[in-house]
Amino acid sequence: MSDAKAKRATTSAMIASIADADQRRSAAPFGHALVALAEERSEVVGLSADLSKYTDMHVFAEAHPERFFQMGMAEQALFGAAAGMAEVGLVPFASTYSVFATRRAYDFLCLDSAEPGLNVNVVAALPGLTTGYGPSHQATEDVAILRGMPNLTIVDPCDAIDIAQAVPALADVPGPTYMRLLRGNVPVVLDEYDYRFALGAAAELRSGRDVILISSGLMTMRALEAAQRLAEDRVDAGVLHVATLKPLDLDTIGRLARGDRLVVTLENHTVIGGLGESIAAGLAFAGEPRNIVPIALPDEFLAAGALPTLHDRYGLSTDRVVERVKQALAA
Amino acid sequence: MADVTTHVDEVRTRRVTNAALGIRRSILQMAEVQGQGYVGQGLAVADVLAVLYFDRLRYRAEDPEWEDRDRLLLSIGHYALALYAALGEAGVLDKSELPTYGADDSRLPMSGMSTYTPGMEISGGSLGHGLGIGVGMALGLRHQGRNAHVYDYLSDGELDEGATWEAAMAAAHHRLGGLTAIVDVNALQADGPTANVLKTESVTEKWRAFGWAAHRVDGNDVPALLAAFDAAQREDEHTPRAIVCDTLVGRGIELLENREKAHFMRIDDDEWATCRTQLEERYAR
Repeated sequence: MSDAKAKRATTSAMIASIADADQRRSAAPFGHALVALAEERSEVVGLSADLSKYTDMHVFAEAHPERFFQMGMAEQALFGAAAGMAEVGLVPFASTYSVFATRRAYDFLCLDSAEPGLNVNVVAALPGLTTGYGPSHQATEDVAILRGMPNLTIVDPCDAIDIAQAVPALADVPGPTYMRLLRGNVPVVLDEYDYRFALGAAAELRSGRDVILISSGLMTMRALEAAQRLAEDRVDAGVLHVATLKPLDLDTIGRLARGDRLVVTLENHTVIGGLGESIAAGLAFAGEPRNIVPIALPDEFLAAGALPTLHDRYGLSTDRVVERVKQALAA
Repeated sequence: MADVTTHVDEVRTRRVTNAALGIRRSILQMAEVQGQGYVGQGLAVADVLAVLYFDRLRYRAEDPEWEDRDRLLLSIGHYALALYAALGEAGVLDKSELPTYGADDSRLPMSGMSTYTPGMEISGGSLGHGLGIGVGMALGLRHQGRNAHVYDYLSDGELDEGATWEAAMAAAHHRLGGLTAIVDVNALQADGPTANVLKTESVTEKWRAFGWAAHRVDGNDVPALLAAFDAAQREDEHTPRAIVCDTLVGRGIELLENREKAHFMRIDDDEWATCRTQLEERYAR
């Protein structure tokens, strides 16, 4: 143990997985889910922009080589071609990194797929802060970029189970979708809860009298861990998992945010334009404004480095979440 | 045999030329009602559209969504005026609808929208999109075992867009013989002549360098266009084809052919009658 502790955390060692060393994991859940879906639906195809190996699309490409289309390092062509395939009745899943899907190719997702309402499914790896490679790879504002796009469904799954169940649901959505992908060895968490992914529905994983943690993506995992730790200190914290960011389940969120519990939002995204702001605005627009403690990334370009170090520095680690909640309760 | 071929060519030429006149008449009619529009560009591409709808495309006028149809993508969405005229000539649209062009609640908006108009395959206009969509359609149609052909109609101005060349590489890599790019070279862009805005020549050589079989033709010479499309069809079945068409803005109407070229061509209220007269005189020759 002391040896492991002494080992210096490095950027490269931490890029592959967000799972803790002792956590249960599942390899490439997206790739396997797409293979399973493809066996049921012959119109499912896959595309990538020179990142199939790094978005778990390679599992599909190996299983169905004739249904996989390599578009090269060209994200505009990737989304244009995906739209063309959807136009002729196929159901494409197009994978790249979140930074390229959003910053580089927005116009091609917006006009080629969202405006005509085509069934194009974007699978975007490295959302938020899930790589230590610095701003070129950290899509800290991907949801903020995409939320204003009409017709687009946005999902932010928590773990391997969420991803596997989301894939067929996304194919069933007639319009375009964007999934924030967790790749590689992905934690398995939600099987311990009475949970099934349902598009557009937030799920209460744990109830609590003192605090309600409203989270999406990998931050739901952190919220569940934080809730357990808070329980040891006799703080009763509930967790509401919001896997679908758009359309947002404001009915459920509004119901659970009522009362005098502390409301905390947790997201792997900049504090601007993501889950926290969506909820704050949604509740205020509905005439039920609430004070909210936002746990999110700061509005700045983040550092490069090892992921655990960065999650701790920017407030996403379980330790920091617990600390922040306790501070807010004390205030 | 030579006589038969010549006769067939004459029949084709006559059919296409008549259609091109009809398209130009409708363009003038729509533009006059609206008092504006891409009249000059529309008149320039009328001959190519006539070749497409009256010689090349397989489509069903009464069933624009027929799944085995050839697809014509209007990447140059702001040329919608000309495509509506062609769709009217082809019977996909009722010609009586054409005067609604650009009006509130019309199915014929100023820039082409696939969700508005039967026969409009894509929403173009944000330039550089059509070819990428065309690559996906051609890949998808081949994957499905259909032999429908995909034509993307783009402009020389669109060659400024990097996305066009991403798609061009992808088409050659995937050996998409089912895809043809029609490149309208009118040498004019929003800010002025293409040569001044961003030099795109040599256009033909660029397409060849990207792995396409490229032909260049006078886009207002109907027999030459028919020959170029025929030649493109004879190319290797795994090679995407580019047909580069040099066109004249305002073609068919002397007043507009000789007017200073501009992205939006000004036509004064008292000039429409002259335009109509000059168009009929040109075709009566």
